[in-house]
Amino acid sequence: MSKYETVIGLEVHVELATESKIFCSCPTAFGAGPNTHVCPVCLGFPGTLPVLNKRAVEYALRAALALNCHISSFAKFDRKNYFYPDLPKAYQISQYDLPLATGGYLEIQTAGVTRRIGITRVHLEEDAGKLVHAPSGEYSLADYNRTGVPLIEIVSEPDIRSPEEARAYLEKLKSILQYTGVSDVKMEEGSLRCDANISIMPAGSTRFGARAEIKNLNSFKAVQRGLEYEVKRQAQLLDAGGKVVQETRRWDEDKGETYTMRSKEEAHDYRYFPDPDLVPVMVDETWVAAIRQSLPELPDARRHRYIYELGLPPYDAGVITASRAMADFFEAVLAEYPDAKTVSNWVMGEITRYLNASNMEITQSGLSPAALAELLKLQADGTISGTIAKTVFEEMLATGHRAADIVKEKGLVQISHEPVIASLVDQAIAANPATVSDYRSGKEKALGFLVGQVMKLSGGKANPELVNRLLREKLQ
Amino acid sequence: MKITVEEVAHVAQLARLEITEEEMRLYTDQLNAILEYAARLDSLDTSGIQPTAHVLPLKNVFREDIKKTCLPLDEVLANAPRAEGGMFRVPPVLETEEASQ
Repeated sequence: MSKYETVIGLEVHVELATESKIFCSCPTAFGAGPNTHVCPVCLGFPGTLPVLNKRAVEYALRAALALNCHISSFAKFDRKNYFYPDLPKAYQISQYDLPLATGGYLEIQTAGVTRRIGITRVHLEEDAGKLVHAPSGEYSLADYNRTGVPLIEIVSEPDIRSPEEARAYLEKLKSILQYTGVSDVKMEEGSLRCDANISIMPAGSTRFGARAEIKNLNSFKAVQRGLEYEVKRQAQLLDAGGKVVQETRRWDEDKGETYTMRSKEEAHDYRYFPDPDLVPVMVDETWVAAIRQSLPELPDARRHRYIYELGLPPYDAGVITASRAMADFFEAVLAEYPDAKTVSNWVMGEITRYLNASNMEITQSGLSPAALAELLKLQADGTISGTIAKTVFEEMLATGHRAADIVKEKGLVQISHEPVIASLVDQAIAANPATVSDYRSGKEKALGFLVGQVMKLSGGKANPELVNRLLREKLQ
Repeated sequence: MKITVEEVAHVAQLARLEITEEEMRLYTDQLNAILEYAARLDSLDTSGIQPTAHVLPLKNVFREDIKKTCLPLDEVLANAPRAEGGMFRVPPVLETEEASQ
């Protein structure tokens, strides 16, 4: 498409789902009143000492192993110094030159092609507080509840080649982290945040162009749109004989554009140095092996199994395994109704439609795998038609009743009694002479219309196969 | 000289310190005295010694992931020069600088 090649690297911050903060015992729960989840440690009072939360380390290791990283045998914490009131200590405890894990990767699928994207490092750090700015601009207000919530930062290699791939990378990352259970990975609640480095270079070149760092990409859509905008902006600059300057830019969702936040000259000098309050973390092979052992089957392995063992199309397998809850649900239904393609069609069709419309996760829907399996069995044994099955499904979600009860209550049993259907077929033929003659003159499509008419007369309950057969016989 | 006036000016700017030319020269001299004193350590032969990230012979000091009671809000804000709605009131900061750590 283009005379330029795009180069993107992503930095992703993920809040870990621990009970308490990374260096103190304050709760991490979201939504408490301002400054009610703080203590002398996370407020940075003089004389306090941080003590590392073991589970935060375990979660970081879980994530790192799921991302195929090498776990460092020696890791330490450093102070990243900067002055901004979201950090009461005036430094953030992070990891600089000796992070917890390095050298991993994940695989993305776009347009049927699988590509491996390298992961440079995974490190642990503390989150910062939240600032509210007075509309008058006269002052700001600081809430330190989020200060000290454990984060992992996941830095990718500059291996991503398009905004679409950036989105696929993020979606896969989210999926893997969700499977490992280390975070609830919700972009809309800020438990997954993304910054992007993006540059373009003449196609075929091996020297990267000057890059822009894009911030405030708050949704999957924003990541893709923000990067698409940036590709265009940089290409126009180069086309006009200009130069891309290295700088930090911010995405404006409403205007659909990025603007300069700070240039390289103002870039931060964080003066990292080892934090003397925290001792090194040394992870031995036994610890790594135990965590590796505890990892669940991850999305790629599951997807692969669905394709090669269950015979699902790759697309279906990808969609279902993207969410662990959805894949678990799918397999639970399958345990009682072992027809993978039918269950997959329901999961990807009716169920996804319902969840999207009601903005719910499968676990919140109240739908049990057993209830869906019962419905599918009723359809399979001919008790109800496919059309009626959808009606029953809606009723199940609305009332929480069992499929069999709804069918009985509402008299939805499929009509397979031949004389009854024959009489409905006669009615449809008599009422639609024009369509009938179309069909007789060779228009095969006209039959579909007549089938529809008979189904309508039966209130959707007629056995469609029988309707088809009788119509053909009578129209011969 | 271990440190120049320019470096002192840079560090002062990073630390948001406003200092005069005269103070800058004074601090440069004082910092140099300290750094030169510390530089005596350079005379030691450390070629056979592993670099260390920490002076204590400790590793893996952890606490369990258990939440405990926090500080009451009135104590949290007790030393705050100004507060509003349970939050610390601070001089205005630019949205553009908001950290995304």
